[in-house]
Amino acid sequence: MKLPKPIARAVALMSPDARSDRVVPPSGHTAWLTLFTAAAMTFLCVFAIALSLASGRLAGRWSDAMARTSTIRLAAPPAQMDQQTEAILTLLAATPGVDSARALTDEENRALLEPWFGPELPIEELPLPRLIEVTEGDPGYDAEGLRQRLSAEAPGAVLDDHTRWRRPLAEAASKLRLLGLLSIVLIGTAMAAMVTLAASASLEANAQVVRVLRLVGARDQYIARAFVRRFTLRAFAGSCVGAVAGLIGILFLPGADTAGAFLTGLGFTGWSWLLPFILPPLVGLVAFFSTRTAALRKLREFR
Amino acid sequence: MIAFESAAYNYGGGELLSDVTLKLAPGSFHFLTGPSGSGKTTFLKLAYAELLPTAGHVTIFDREVKSLPRDDVANLRRRIGVVHQDVQFLDHLPLAANVQLPLTVAGRRSETGDLGELLKWVGLSHLADALPPSLSGGERQRAALARAIIMGPDVILADEPTGNVDWEMSLRLLTLLVELNRMGKTILIATHDLNLIRQAKNQIPTRVLRISKRRIQLAGVDL
Ligand SMILES: Nc1ncnc2c1ncn2[C@@H]1O[C@H](COP(=O)(O)OP(=O)(O)OP(=O)(O)O)[C@@H](O)[C@H]1O
Ligand SMILES: [Mg+2]
Repeated sequence: MKLPKPIARAVALMSPDARSDRVVPPSGHTAWLTLFTAAAMTFLCVFAIALSLASGRLAGRWSDAMARTSTIRLAAPPAQMDQQTEAILTLLAATPGVDSARALTDEENRALLEPWFGPELPIEELPLPRLIEVTEGDPGYDAEGLRQRLSAEAPGAVLDDHTRWRRPLAEAASKLRLLGLLSIVLIGTAMAAMVTLAASASLEANAQVVRVLRLVGARDQYIARAFVRRFTLRAFAGSCVGAVAGLIGILFLPGADTAGAFLTGLGFTGWSWLLPFILPPLVGLVAFFSTRTAALRKLREFR
Repeated sequence: MIAFESAAYNYGGGELLSDVTLKLAPGSFHFLTGPSGSGKTTFLKLAYAELLPTAGHVTIFDREVKSLPRDDVANLRRRIGVVHQDVQFLDHLPLAANVQLPLTVAGRRSETGDLGELLKWVGLSHLADALPPSLSGGERQRAALARAIIMGPDVILADEPTGNVDWEMSLRLLTLLVELNRMGKTILIATHDLNLIRQAKNQIPTRVLRISKRRIQLAGVDL
């Protein structure tokens, strides 16, 4: 099997026999800088990915299922309750943009209230409002018009229009996802920039070494390889640390039962647990190409 | 091997070398003299393509240096052994590794016997494991000469190779260079040391180039 050239090169770079490594002195602070940068950036990236995935899911859920339903709350004297419910349902059936509508049963009411009042609630004896669930069609109904007709039909009916507050939320969620994706791109670019800077600084600091190597007949590729290999390995190692740290962080986020509804989504689910593991090789690749470009450009300053 | 054709060089001020036309024929042995600051080192840098002529042409192994790609410059330097006036090494590697560096970067293995022999010749066997910063000036020059010839280059350019060593060691290094010349290598030595030139003339036919008034001329026999 023949590997594509850049990949073959990257593989060759990782092989233990890289004699060119020794000709460059072990460098001090740029090594740590690269390691730390890669670790920190990967750590941030794990969260950015988690955030994008979660807000993506949230946006999907809110805009699809929930935003299509609204509720009408009907408060009426017990005697008129059934009659007014009937009237409202009839009205809704004739309203354009309403897909379907139904009154919640007592069991459903009980299920809604149970978390607050416990299971022994004598629901039949309470003057509870009746809830009517309206499923919107596409395009939706005219909320103002519906409100007016409702007040004529049943003065105690209130249209609780979920879409009013959920639509902006869904929009915010998808914007959040966009921001998350943008963060990932920015993090990647910033990392490439920092690794490039570190590699350039390292070449600068080793100017004498480079000069000697050129004078004894070393090709640019050879010199570059010594630097590139180092920075790639360092970035990869740092990224592994960052990815593991990020995953641990996500693992220790409160689960769905303990935290509020918004945060429940912020973990990974299913196959997306694998995403953080793609980061180290990706970071290595970014480091490889950015140091290679930096090194080959810098080397042109030496005859 | 190396040919200058109306070549000139200036560092940005006035012209330092003007209208240099000469050939280093294969197997020749040249000395280059001239006052300090006259441009000997500059001439050598032109001869191994560290500098490009600002006018005229320099050809090395029949290739015009101005149009050489970087990798070809590297390849060309593997065939030219250079001893620099300000010798530089990789300070983190021991002397032996530094001497072998041209082989290392060319991806060639050295026979350890050759290295030992060479270090013995230049009197550095006992310092094979020493780091360059701990070497004396003369030791550095000898190490540089060893590094210059380990690849078996066709041309050897040496800038004041005996500048820091005693007369006895100078003669020893000269003998080494004369031997190499007898094997067919082309040699050019920049030096102030007229005694060294006289000594060489006793052993082998040499030509002496002198820089004066920005030109390079063949010096007479009156040295
Ligand atoms: N990089 C440079 N930039 C500007 N001027 C330079 C540079 N290198 C050398 N020069 C000048 O060029 C002139 C010739 O320098 P060069 O080193 O060639 O002289 P040299 O003949 O080797 O002298 P020496 O015998 O002292 O080694 C000197 O006046 C020097 O100051
Ligand atoms: Mg000089």
